[in-house]
Amino acid sequence: MTTAEQTTPRVPVNIRELRIALSGSDNDIVDEITVEIAAGEVLGLVGESGSGKTTVGMALLGYCRPGGHVTGGAVVIDGTPLAELRDADLRGIRGTVVSYIPQDPGTALNPALRIRTQLFETLENHDELDDKARDARVREALEEVALPNDDEFLKRYPHQLSGGQQQRVAIAMAFAGRPKVIVCDEPTTGLDVTTQARVLETIRDLCRTHHVAALYVSHDLAVVADLADHVAVMYAGRIVEAGPRDQLFTASRHPYTARLLRAVPDIQGKRAVIGIRGRAPLPGHRPEGCFFVERCHLAAEQCHTAFPPAEQVGPQHRVRCYRWKDTAGSLPAGESGTPDVALSGEQVLTISSLNAKYGSRATLFDVNIGVGRGECVALVGESGSGKTTLARSISGLHRDWTGEVKLGDAVLETSARNRSADARRRIQYVFQNPYASLNPRRTIGQTLARQLQLFFPGARKEMSDRVSACLERVALSDAAINRFPDQLSGGERQRVAIARALAAEPELLVCDEVTSALDVSVQAAIVDLLRELRSEMGLSILFITHNLALIRTIADRVAVMTEGRIVELGPTERIFESPEAPYTRQLLDNTPSIEAALARVDPDA
Amino acid sequence: MSTSALDPALASGPTVPAATPPGRLRQRQWLATLATAMRLGRTRVGLGIVVIMVLIALLGPLFAPHSPTAFVGIPNSGPGGHAVFGTDYVGRDVLSRFLNGGRSVLGLAVASTAVGILLGLLVGLSAAYAGGLVDEVLMRISDVFLAFPQIVFALLLVSAFGPKLWLLVLTVGISHAPRVARVMRGAAQQVVERDFIKAAEAVGESRWRILFSELLPNVTSPLLVETGLRLTYSIGLVAGLSFLGFGLQPPNADWGLMINENRVSITVQPWGVVLPVVAIALLTVGTNLMADGIARAAIGLDRRES
Repeated sequence: MTTAEQTTPRVPVNIRELRIALSGSDNDIVDEITVEIAAGEVLGLVGESGSGKTTVGMALLGYCRPGGHVTGGAVVIDGTPLAELRDADLRGIRGTVVSYIPQDPGTALNPALRIRTQLFETLENHDELDDKARDARVREALEEVALPNDDEFLKRYPHQLSGGQQQRVAIAMAFAGRPKVIVCDEPTTGLDVTTQARVLETIRDLCRTHHVAALYVSHDLAVVADLADHVAVMYAGRIVEAGPRDQLFTASRHPYTARLLRAVPDIQGKRAVIGIRGRAPLPGHRPEGCFFVERCHLAAEQCHTAFPPAEQVGPQHRVRCYRWKDTAGSLPAGESGTPDVALSGEQVLTISSLNAKYGSRATLFDVNIGVGRGECVALVGESGSGKTTLARSISGLHRDWTGEVKLGDAVLETSARNRSADARRRIQYVFQNPYASLNPRRTIGQTLARQLQLFFPGARKEMSDRVSACLERVALSDAAINRFPDQLSGGERQRVAIARALAAEPELLVCDEVTSALDVSVQAAIVDLLRELRSEMGLSILFITHNLALIRTIADRVAVMTEGRIVELGPTERIFESPEAPYTRQLLDNTPSIEAALARVDPDA
Repeated sequence: MSTSALDPALASGPTVPAATPPGRLRQRQWLATLATAMRLGRTRVGLGIVVIMVLIALLGPLFAPHSPTAFVGIPNSGPGGHAVFGTDYVGRDVLSRFLNGGRSVLGLAVASTAVGILLGLLVGLSAAYAGGLVDEVLMRISDVFLAFPQIVFALLLVSAFGPKLWLLVLTVGISHAPRVARVMRGAAQQVVERDFIKAAEAVGESRWRILFSELLPNVTSPLLVETGLRLTYSIGLVAGLSFLGFGLQPPNADWGLMINENRVSITVQPWGVVLPVVAIALLTVGTNLMADGIARAAIGLDRRES
């Protein structure tokens, strides 16, 4: 700390015992949130969906979403307690003292206004600037985020920019007012890894140069490891562990943090990911005692009595767990590598010179790839690379393609409708979003029974046993039979979707980004399940993903795809160790990695 | 097992659904919508009115003091004697004719609504699911039908083929169909893009099954609203056509017909007109209130108050 900071002990962000509750009830969304962020420091706020991390982020802006309100504690921004401000004053400090970088710039920017107009709007509260100074500031802000700042660019509308450029504009808007505090709400989630890497660098540099205190809200541990100085982990509305980045990642004390880290696939590591079973309790349904107790492998009697108080376990490192001393070493090393499946060399799927079009636009060019019996082939590419089109062409959902797709020895028709029932049975598709792939008006039992009835007609009496068997295969209990999809969590729904596919006794499972809509802990469990099914059933899998790190432990071979072409195809280890195509190398370099981030020597440290 | 790498404490048996938040098993959507609708004042009032009118129409004949076609007194005599509401223009009992005249209005209206909803549903769902050329053709044909006012369309057909009851039901039904089709197409379009439809296609479900077993259950709320609304219109249309002489023929009792028969003598003996007019008005207002209540429940307009 510098002397200047010691004489003025006011930190830009000081949250004390913040409690935000649902209106009209005692149920808190978040509680006992205490956070300090020093100038020029980035605090990564990590948590899975529903943990309350965005609620805390919004509280820094003096905003509560409808249905919630602050019922205790204080948010002090740059010496000003937000609770004491009137609405008008609150608006006054937004953009000048504290500003915000949204998750999706596509919806945050007004599509009807030019970039120039929108950037100027953010400076409206700066009375000390005249028009000329504002113009200069706008151009400076654009330059800082490495965008052109000429008149031609300023005249553009948001839709004339790429996603990455839009996010840069949003960042420029946030920094243009020279705020003391910035709240970033997963600003890179919708971006490709290459763009993400550049955007993260921009945010990091700007925070350093302008001494901005930043709160970086994210579910992505690898991104946080890359960017943050301090990290706070949230679970079910509480901060369960907080500390300096290196401490937290290398010596995590809370079982949840430790398990979460084990669930994150790392591009550097070869170990299998391990998920966390169950799900976080919702407000109003939280147990007495520690909220993690039901999923915790270290849970003791004490943990059921009261929520553990914060304990200091190291310099600036606090944990809320009774058993933090036992966390280290309580997790086994985990298997590494892909499951041992004897590959017979027999091809289940052979694709030769496949070309596909969407309307008049060609999306796939001369794709050749095969999947052997029992093999798992990963298809990796960024959004728009054509990987989903390829998957849908294989399963006959996309019809506008030419070339040859062979299932075993049989050449397949383009459209699923024209294929034989047997061909449709042997290839099963698992969709990206389990929230959309199950009919919301049917119970899980009905959905599975229909699939069974379709391919293996049988007596109604046996059906419930067969449905139970399907559910058991994906580690779901019978209780799911009478539930509707919206009564299940995302991970449970994806299990049902997989169970539905398996009910057809397929030879090839086409998994299209099956984990991208899920939290990391759940993602790990799903990947785990697929691995297990593969070794048990000898299933062949075509695993489509944008997440390179994820496939290291599951795939035998990797195909890297960009702009409708497969640029590299080879054994998984070879692709990771010595990538040949420049594009593959670029992908590998830009994928955030916890291990790489920790290994990197901080230039400022 | 997937959890074999962990210690036994971690592999805590089957995952689910212990973590599912406690809650009652969810009802079917349309039942849920109806239940919400029943909490609204307007639905209750509407339902009350409709129940009374339906009871009058269905059970009325049992309580009629006279035969609807029997001559019981001097034409156009006022209330009194054995005719509580007087007699009509040829001397039949107004009350008996009123109690007998509801069945046809109600029956025809319900039948034509059913025809219209079924036809519209089929067209709307097919257009939404098929898309492209099929959608274009179906919806442009609908547009042509929409260009005719409903009553004009019905008159056109009924006057060409004569007043037959099945034709009345059919024409009123057909005139509803394009309106229903537009609404159902709009509702279904939001659903057809969802992945579960794709999933059904990938395993080779028939088109018919996709329409009625995958799509339909997801559009029951707008369907319910549309049914209520079309019933309201049907009552008005059927009564109007009867009034014009294209419905039930004399000497049968029918509310629409009664209004026509007795309108000349309205100044002398108003009851012959007033009773059926009030009945038709109450029936339409009642069904409309119900439809409105269901519509509000379906889009969740009053959810915040509840």
